[in-house]
Amino acid sequence: MYNEKTWLGKLKVFGLFAAVPLFVFFTVVILPFLAGLFMTLTNWTGTGSYEFTGLSNYVVALRDSVFWDSMWLTLKYVLFTLLLTNVLGFGLALLVTSGLRSQNFFRAGFFTPNLIGGIILGFVWQFIFTRVLVYLGTEFNLGIFSSSWLADPGTAFWSLVVVGVWQNAGYMMLIYIAGLTGISASLTEAANLDGASYWKQLTRIRIPLMVPAFTISLFLTLQRSFMVYDTNLSLTRGGPYRSTEMIAMHVYNEAFVYQNYGPGQAKAFVLFLIVALIAILQVRAMKKVEVEA
Amino acid sequence: MMSGKTGKRILLFIVSLLFLAVFIFPLLMIFLNSMKSRLDIVRDPLGLPTELSFVNYKEAYMTMNFSHALMNSVIVTVLSVALIIVLSAMLAYFLVRWNWKINNYILMILVSSMIIPFQAVMIPFVSIFGELNMLNSKWWLAYFYLGFGLSLATFMYHGFVKGVPKELEEAALIDGAGKFRVFGQVVFPILKPISTTLAILDVLWIWNDFLLPSLVLISEEDRTLPLSTFYFFGKYTSDYGVAMAALVLSIIPVIIFYLFMQKQIIQGVVEGAVK
Repeated sequence: MYNEKTWLGKLKVFGLFAAVPLFVFFTVVILPFLAGLFMTLTNWTGTGSYEFTGLSNYVVALRDSVFWDSMWLTLKYVLFTLLLTNVLGFGLALLVTSGLRSQNFFRAGFFTPNLIGGIILGFVWQFIFTRVLVYLGTEFNLGIFSSSWLADPGTAFWSLVVVGVWQNAGYMMLIYIAGLTGISASLTEAANLDGASYWKQLTRIRIPLMVPAFTISLFLTLQRSFMVYDTNLSLTRGGPYRSTEMIAMHVYNEAFVYQNYGPGQAKAFVLFLIVALIAILQVRAMKKVEVEA
Repeated sequence: MMSGKTGKRILLFIVSLLFLAVFIFPLLMIFLNSMKSRLDIVRDPLGLPTELSFVNYKEAYMTMNFSHALMNSVIVTVLSVALIIVLSAMLAYFLVRWNWKINNYILMILVSSMIIPFQAVMIPFVSIFGELNMLNSKWWLAYFYLGFGLSLATFMYHGFVKGVPKELEEAALIDGAGKFRVFGQVVFPILKPISTTLAILDVLWIWNDFLLPSLVLISEEDRTLPLSTFYFFGKYTSDYGVAMAALVLSIIPVIIFYLFMQKQIIQGVVEGAVK
């Protein structure tokens, strides 16, 4: 719309509208990103002199068995959280769109955990796992709750899954509600007249029409659970014995607890590559869905 | 026929209620135990409080320096969100209305930067800004939030500004308004729906964020609510009653926000996810 003729004029509008936000963006995101890339290729720790070390930081990072343990644990966590969150989220969405008079109240209730920070949610559940469930276990002789889930590596993992699912299911429910209410009523009415059962309507009409909602939800849960940190920190602190240290916490500890800056940053970049790959897959999947829809 | 339908409704209602009970149970437990003494909690965490006592709240409020932390959270959140909204809208307006070649590249860089997870820049971030003495200040924290929030906001505004007809702006220009006034008085008000969505998404993000402030704010007096809850809990884990009261206190502001803005929050979250 606008077209300044002179360089001075161009400089003026750029200074007026774009210079400040772009400067902030550059210093906060781009500069650390480039410095991070530089860090992985040198023994630089952010200040002072440095030497190029080639790819040795990446080699150290990828040879670290703790890193791979953490990576596998994270992938396992992602797999279970992804499945359970979306099954539960979709189920809740069906429940609160079934025409109950109080459905708005239920929607609001299921979404509530999403509003609260992960740090606080983790502490809430720490109390539930160490006190309330253990109390129920001893009082009613329930074997699975007889000792705290957080004290044993196996059950501590599942406690993280429980909290992750509880935290995100309400969010996915909202996306599925948007998908479900977007299906035109005439379709389901026609199916009703034809005498199709509820189950048939669900699997033949509604679910196929909701592919976009599923795609969005799956990738959202994927990203969220892959980068989980807050609940990991406040619920288990990676314990017992570093057995529940997810990948985000592993990178944090590597840098700020064990002071391994180079290899730590190399691990952070491996993480970035994985996330970027997921994002590219997501864009492709969305495009495909849009074409088919 | 009628009774079958009513029966189904009642069944659905009961199932929903059961699910909700399981969902709310942890928060209910925290609330219940926040009024009890440590001994009562250990003996029976499910029991009702014997009396309505706010002793725990008083102690939690004092020790975690609640009013101070709340103030810090409000300042950081409001300032950051205001900066993100205004500056992203301006940048997006510039990128759309000035047809420079470089603008496409700027947008491309912004959009691709959205996939960088915070952890990927966290270590050099701390090195650089620690060296520049820019850590340990809530004002600089707002600067950092602007940097991290800019790309998504600009992207969302960009899509919206493209759909705004130019005629209004051209009319204002003919009336003699400057470019900045055209933006501020004509365009920015039109962007209100997207501004609301962004404000809600960013408030929820910044209010609850832990990792970035935990790296930036080191001194006690600058701590935001999630930070002060975290440090408080580390010290008080065994004093359950007070710890529970602290958790309830830190949840209350969000719940109040939710009660007043429920419709906008739910709508904003859905729109943000679909984008």
